[in-house]
Amino acid sequence: MNKERFVMFVNRIPLNLAIIVLCAIWLLPTLGLFITSFRPQQAVNESGWWMALAATRPGTDEYQTYCGQCHGENYNALPNADLSSPDLIAQYRRSIQLSGTFNREYNGVIHIPEDQHPDAQQTADILDHLRIASGLQESPPRFTFANYKDVLVGYSARGGTYDEVCAADGPSGTRTCDFWTDATAPNAVLRGMINSFIVTVPATFLPIILAGFAAYALSWMDFNGRRVMFAALVGLQIVPLQMVLVPIFRMYTDLGLNGTFLGVWLFHTGFGLPYAIYLIRNFVGRLPADLFESAYLDGANHFTVFRRIVLPLALPAIAALAIFQFLWVWNDLLVALIFLGNNAPVLTYQLSQLVDSLGGGWHRMTAAAFISIAVPLLIFFAFQRFFVRGLLAGSVKG
Amino acid sequence: MRTLMVMRQGRWTPWLYMAPAIIVLVIYVAYPAIRTGLYSFQNNDGTASAAVRCAADQPCWGFLENYRQAFAGQQGQIALRNTAIWLLVMVPGTALFGLLLAVLTDRVRYEALAKAIIFMPMAISFVGAAIIWRFVYNPDPGIGILNALVTALGGESRAWLATDPPGNTLLLTVIGIWIWTGFTMTLLAAALKSIPMEIIEAARVDGANELQLFFRIMLPLLAPTIAVVMTTMTINTLKMFDIVWVMKGIQTDVIATRMVSELYLDRNNGLASAYAIILIVLIIPVTVYNIRRFGVEEAEK
Repeated sequence: MNKERFVMFVNRIPLNLAIIVLCAIWLLPTLGLFITSFRPQQAVNESGWWMALAATRPGTDEYQTYCGQCHGENYNALPNADLSSPDLIAQYRRSIQLSGTFNREYNGVIHIPEDQHPDAQQTADILDHLRIASGLQESPPRFTFANYKDVLVGYSARGGTYDEVCAADGPSGTRTCDFWTDATAPNAVLRGMINSFIVTVPATFLPIILAGFAAYALSWMDFNGRRVMFAALVGLQIVPLQMVLVPIFRMYTDLGLNGTFLGVWLFHTGFGLPYAIYLIRNFVGRLPADLFESAYLDGANHFTVFRRIVLPLALPAIAALAIFQFLWVWNDLLVALIFLGNNAPVLTYQLSQLVDSLGGGWHRMTAAAFISIAVPLLIFFAFQRFFVRGLLAGSVKG
Repeated sequence: MRTLMVMRQGRWTPWLYMAPAIIVLVIYVAYPAIRTGLYSFQNNDGTASAAVRCAADQPCWGFLENYRQAFAGQQGQIALRNTAIWLLVMVPGTALFGLLLAVLTDRVRYEALAKAIIFMPMAISFVGAAIIWRFVYNPDPGIGILNALVTALGGESRAWLATDPPGNTLLLTVIGIWIWTGFTMTLLAAALKSIPMEIIEAARVDGANELQLFFRIMLPLLAPTIAVVMTTMTINTLKMFDIVWVMKGIQTDVIATRMVSELYLDRNNGLASAYAIILIVLIIPVTVYNIRRFGVEEAEK
């Protein structure tokens, strides 16, 4: 590296540092969620996600505090009480047995004086620690998929994972311990995911199809009031969603459409249309006129031209639109909350409910949250260019 | 717009093509918007004027009673105050961070990667983002990274989200800035790229330093885009619902969440409609300005 380049490199350090710090700040919250969703419950309770790789065995601190001074770092400082010996530790199966030794005298000395006893939880952690240290027990895995399985089947009880509880106690109450049966129960996240897809896919394609027809008429048909019609339809973008909730809610109550997928599809179609018409018309209106002329001269009617020429050529615009609308509906909470609610809980609704109940702990809530953001993230990284274009152009949507 | 003369169609054909879209738009957007306007002057089931909601020895605004309750009620005032806080923090906040990141990332080779990282929260649902940030703000320094940092620096961990209002709303606006900066950055970066290199080179040759370059050359040229960014963010902020709804803080309501609470939890249709009208009255002038601006830019292209 010559001197000039070195000076330039040094001059650019503040710039690079600023960008890296900002990017780190932006990335950290999501990274924390991602890492936590793969950590076992005990690990989440014991140390922050930033310690995931450094995390030590359970009960390390407790052992140091209560036992380490006499028994030593390597557990074998006292020859008569070698805590690294599996034979010795195997005698203590439960923490109550361990706490029973605290008041005993060994060589005329009380094991642990009354006022220095660890509490029940600490004793249990110390026993776990010793069982691992003596090789009786495997140390718990750093990372696990159990949280994901728990939330997919909607299991939120405290203590133990779905698999552990099913192995120990078997089915009970609404829990059948059959993965697919449990995972399609109303509060299961897998069911929420299915509901999200059921809502999102038609709510993405319906407005695009309707907008396609309207946009074709608005760009390639000749009739009075065409400009006014275009301005009126697109101008409806101005109406915010909140503005129509009350009347539609009442209309749906009268028609019995509250809590139905059809009601939500139609609602999203209504709110997706103005922007969809605007985008597709702009694209279709710019297709070369010769194309249409020769098709018409060949005897094609409007419908054939629309189906055979316009739809295939408008695909780039439709793709950007579809991605935008898909994410808009997938991420929506307000419409799902009001028109579907508990009847068909979608992912965003389930998540908002999980926050209220704390969903059986952070290890599971982070897993549920990550399931809901995984789909948008996948789409984002796969179609970044379309995605950004669609989102920017659609930023003025209602 | 060019129109073909070769192809004649029946008088009704265009309307047949547009009918499905028009029907859905009338039923779902145009008609209900007008209904909401009417509801806002009526009682809760829309059977009489809002005046019947007046309490005996309270001030009464007649058919505007719903609006009086929205403006004078304690809940309504909290919502209005918080909406103002959101606007004051979010709009300049996202614009400043967006500008900073657009200018900084423009100068490095890993521009695309850095931008993707900043933009990523835009893909995530607001609910997902709210959970991510509840985690960050967690009172336990062994769970929440903010408290972990505070305690590592010698401070005391705090229950951040239980901060007294309106402090808790400020903490929520941080989430908003985290989400929307990617959006403002992308718009501003596109505008930055469209500044001709010759202008910048000429300024450099004339001896301008980087700061002068930014304040004297770039900022004036970016001003129209900054205006669009700020108006768009004003609209987005006014509509903000999910973050506040999911975080459920004490007195963190904004107009949009207040409205949904009245509608969904208390079935106060009249009052909820009044909030909706207040919202659109705030939004319309900004939107009109925005559409005009977009129109000007389209015409200039």
